[in-house]
Amino acid sequence: MRLARVVITLTFAAFGLLLLSCEREERGFRVEPPSSSRINSKTLSDLQPGAKTPAVEVKNEYEENAYAVSEGKRLFEAYNCNGCHAQGGGGMGPPLMDARWIYGARPEQIFATIVEGRPNGMPSFRGKVPDFQVWQLAAYVRSMSGQLSKDVSPGRPDNMSAKTPEASTEKMEPKPSAGVPKSAEMPK
Amino acid sequence: MKKGKGGEGKGEKEGARATLRSALRPPLPLFPFALLLSGCQGVQSALDPAGPQAGRIGGLWWLMLYTLTAVFVLVMCVLVVAAFRPRGAYRGETASAPDTKPDAGRERRMSRAVIVSVAATVVILFVLLVSSFLTGRSLYSIAASGESALTVKVTGYQWWWKVQYDNQIAGYVVTTANEIHIPVGRPVLFKLTSNDVIHSFWVPNLHGKTDLIPGHETTTWIRADRPGTYRGQCAEFCGHQHAHMAFTVVAESPEQFKAWYDNQLKPAAQPSTPEQARGQQVFMSSPCVMCHRIAGTDAGGAVGPDLTHVASRPTIAAGTLENKRGHLAGWVLDSQKIKPGNRMPPNNLEPEDLQALLDYLQSLK
Repeated sequence: MRLARVVITLTFAAFGLLLLSCEREERGFRVEPPSSSRINSKTLSDLQPGAKTPAVEVKNEYEENAYAVSEGKRLFEAYNCNGCHAQGGGGMGPPLMDARWIYGARPEQIFATIVEGRPNGMPSFRGKVPDFQVWQLAAYVRSMSGQLSKDVSPGRPDNMSAKTPEASTEKMEPKPSAGVPKSAEMPK
Repeated sequence: MKKGKGGEGKGEKEGARATLRSALRPPLPLFPFALLLSGCQGVQSALDPAGPQAGRIGGLWWLMLYTLTAVFVLVMCVLVVAAFRPRGAYRGETASAPDTKPDAGRERRMSRAVIVSVAATVVILFVLLVSSFLTGRSLYSIAASGESALTVKVTGYQWWWKVQYDNQIAGYVVTTANEIHIPVGRPVLFKLTSNDVIHSFWVPNLHGKTDLIPGHETTTWIRADRPGTYRGQCAEFCGHQHAHMAFTVVAESPEQFKAWYDNQLKPAAQPSTPEQARGQQVFMSSPCVMCHRIAGTDAGGAVGPDLTHVASRPTIAAGTLENKRGHLAGWVLDSQKIKPGNRMPPNNLEPEDLQALLDYLQSLK
């Protein structure tokens, strides 16, 4: 009798645990994205009055939400990122599924790369892509080299694809940037 | 218990008749259901056919309704009679003294009744089966009629419809969204496919449903014999806004269709006032340009609906809202409030910019 009660309690507790994973799939259609006012402002000079401003580090909440990352994946195709970066494998633009990050691997650095554009071909999407979608794209870009936890990364592509899904990609430790490539050394 | 056997039986019979009569009288609360029949008319009704296929489907529907209603009523009558008939009443038995002796005549009558019922069931099912088959076959007869057809390609998106009129010359392909114009009396071939998940194309007044499947092309035929505006609806659950995925079919005379088609062929109207010019600049410098196309401008996005002639459409957001300035404003600013989950992001526009943008969009006739 007591055993039965224990079993029942444990079973309910196990089902209760399942609820913990609900947030992973939460679909916020009108959510506040991380603030980007400090990242989304470019200066022409590195000179600053006083001590150097410490780098802004931003936690991208979208990296913990599977829906947001899958939206990033959808936008990656919708906004034709595929046109240059292929499915992350690179083509006209550098690959995004490897360990090499020319302009930084942190979320706010990817945000700045998308918004500001980069020399040798990366266009600036400032004003053309809403901030929250840039954050979703940044989350997805990081998932391509396994920087996100596996339960958040997309587990399957919508179309035929030769590469392994992001969720099965082993994490590649970002290598320190080797500096900005000259145009003659365009990343292959 | 045994005394007054005959009289009691008679009283029971009378009582049973009275109960039967009151059971057969239609209860008052059922009358509102009759009002439902008024839903049989209208812009989205399979019972108000405007084309040969819907007519045949409608005919089959009515045949089934009448037949099955008759069967239902008959069965219910027999059931009610059986329920209220005193046990053994046919020869004066009572419940306490059942007559268990076999009766050859009665057995024969019962066998005959069962045989007749089974035969009737088989005949009815056969009639319904054959008429279903014939209806299904006749639905495709206009496909074989060989008349020169108009070909329309419809692509389902979450949650709107892209409509393209096929033409051998690429520049003559008309692209619009959520609105299909067809000439009356001419068969129209629909080539259907989907961009994301399975949708289903359904204009009840014109035809049954056909699924749109990603990576695969399905076809269906439609012919409207009577001018009018008909509402179509996605009929396969496809996500959050499945219910708000509608479109309009406008069946009109060939001349009116030609006029509409020629207008759709033109590139977008150039801004004619300073406000409209400002609105165009707002459009080109904001996220709008990433997804929407306006022919004749630099906006060439293929992700969202084509806006070249957006002001000429009766609705926005796939039949969700009437195409009015206020609705358009609400949609541009915060579409997630109106249709949560749709692919259009909210836009923070300054009031002057918004008004200018609306001026421009409303000039795209």
